Amino acid sequence: MKRDSTAQTLLVATLLCVVCSVIVASAAVGLRHFQLENKQLDQKKNVLIAAGLIEEGRAVSQQEMDRLFSEKIHRVLIDLKTGKVVDSSVIDVENYDQREAASDPARSQSIEPAADLARIKRREKYAFVYEVVGAGGSVDQLVLPIYGKGLWSTLYGFLALASDGNTVRGITFYEHGETAGLGAEVENPKWRAIWPGKQVFDESGDIRLEVLKGHVSPTSPDVKYEVDGISGATITSKGVSQLIRYWLGPDAFGPFLEQFHQQQDQGADA
Amino acid sequence: MPETKAKDVLIDPIFRNNPIALQVLGICSALAVTTKVETSVAMALSVVFVLGCSNAAVSLIRNFIPTNIRIIVQMTIIASLVIVVDQMLQAFAFDASKQMSVFVGLIITNCIVMGRAEAFAMKNPPLISALDGIGNAIGYSVILIVVGFVRELFGSGAIWGYQVFPLSTEGGWYVANGLLLLPPSAFFIIGLFIWVLRTFKPEQVEQEG
Amino acid sequence: MDEHLKIFMASIFAENLALAFFLGMCTFLAVSKTVKTALGLGVAVIVIMTITIPANNLIYQYLLKKGALAWINPSWGGIDLTFLSLISFIGVIAAMVQILEMTLDRFFPPLYNALGIFLPLITVNCAILGGSLFMQERDYNFSESCVFGFGSGVGWALAIAALAGIREKMRYSDVPDGLKGLGITFMTVGLMALAFMSFGGM
Repeated sequence: MKRDSTAQTLLVATLLCVVCSVIVASAAVGLRHFQLENKQLDQKKNVLIAAGLIEEGRAVSQQEMDRLFSEKIHRVLIDLKTGKVVDSSVIDVENYDQREAASDPARSQSIEPAADLARIKRREKYAFVYEVVGAGGSVDQLVLPIYGKGLWSTLYGFLALASDGNTVRGITFYEHGETAGLGAEVENPKWRAIWPGKQVFDESGDIRLEVLKGHVSPTSPDVKYEVDGISGATITSKGVSQLIRYWLGPDAFGPFLEQFHQQQDQGADA
Repeated sequence: MPETKAKDVLIDPIFRNNPIALQVLGICSALAVTTKVETSVAMALSVVFVLGCSNAAVSLIRNFIPTNIRIIVQMTIIASLVIVVDQMLQAFAFDASKQMSVFVGLIITNCIVMGRAEAFAMKNPPLISALDGIGNAIGYSVILIVVGFVRELFGSGAIWGYQVFPLSTEGGWYVANGLLLLPPSAFFIIGLFIWVLRTFKPEQVEQEG
Repeated sequence: MDEHLKIFMASIFAENLALAFFLGMCTFLAVSKTVKTALGLGVAVIVIMTITIPANNLIYQYLLKKGALAWINPSWGGIDLTFLSLISFIGVIAAMVQILEMTLDRFFPPLYNALGIFLPLITVNCAILGGSLFMQERDYNFSESCVFGFGSGVGWALAIAALAGIREKMRYSDVPDGLKGLGITFMTVGLMALAFMSFGGM
């Protein structure tokens, strides 16, 4: 058979396609399990870091992470509109993929442009809340998933609030495509260490928490609401402010947080 | 003298005939990942793997590839290998794959990979082609890692994530140079690298501008 | 509309594929010696990008994305073929380049003669594949990806034409021996990239 004949061409092309597709498909299928596990583990790790349950930078084994997660964290699915917990009768809570739901027209809703502070256009109807169980079974912290646009990309992260639903306990970002060294500093532990202790709402219930441009002046009356900006990354910093404003606001976790406040107050009265 | 040839093929591209510094090949996809040594190394290892394997594979079937579809055949082989690497990174080096995002995929269009397949692997037996691939990939890696080293050291005062220079923002003495974390700095560093290389190897100086 | 304009401007200036993401550098450095050839290549890149990015967008939206196959058969909704995107995109690009080459040859011979030699180079131009991958990562919809494709092409062409202009002038400069040619070109590109960054308003 001649090397450049049509038959040879077709034969080589077909064989090559078969061999390559077998290799590619087996790699993809064979490794999918590990990839999914990595993603879930990464999320768990970030929930735990946001809640301050594991230390930054310390290698934590998978078993320990799973143990902490099952002992300390109680995951509930919330209907964002009503703020009520959704159970398995409405949706398969165990296998609910929040990221996937956000782009699925049936399980998400579009956001009014005026209300779309996080610039995400659509959001899922149901969102997970990770309750950190403290001593005596009471809710010690809430870890909320948050996301929104930075400069180039969507930032995905978690925000941990204390049981007053107001004081920040920690923040993490686990996925983004910002410029390394500038916008990507949202991952920097030292920057994130500024957050704990800051307040989200003022007395009248308005969201005041904000990332500034530049440094917070220590004499500012609003110092408890203000976080230093990331130098060289004004737009990313602004994106972080806006996405927090959106996710804690009335269009997202607002109803849930309100009910949570009421419950906590009643608990305190009793 | 098959032994010396194998050695030459492996060592030559690293300094004497470096693919980036001399042949201007394959810088496209890589420079955006050189802000840190860690990602540079991950990128370098991926390229070594892809280039070694693709050269071997292309060379193995070189006598059967019809000339009129050879480019697409090479590309299919390379693309498959890149997908395998991408999947492996996602499975076993999750953090690195998160940081490299689309740039792993861009190894496909890395001119070195196509260039070596076309220029060397189509004409030589598999083993020596694999060595040629690995040699060129290492030559490429050297530059990648040097650039990553300089950018991370002066841009954030760290190497491999460990703080070497205490930063002024945290009470140390070193004022981090943010410019080095921005894209343009990579061009300056490569330009200087070429200058240094050519000062020691004057025969590589280009005569016309 | 606002969003489209933003993508268009950003892809030409602030997020210029050549200067902000280093894509298409091999051809960028090799073909930027004279303005005329640089323009020819630039036009070819604009055309190919405007075609391939929306085409790849359709493939991604309707075949590869998780849940994308649901329109054929609802029970296929869970299939995720994203891992095939690389190979499909490069296939589309190679095929488009080939088709464009043949069409030009048949119907517009003068244009073919002007662009012809650049077309094969484009298949291995990282900027084209990079554009498609960014489209996938940022999850643009069809109209956005049309705008993005065209804008990125224009941005790339602008960068290469500008660089070629500078290099033509540089022939009269006294450059240190070791920096001649490639070295000084890298430096120039670096300075251009700095200039383009100011469009980002960061």
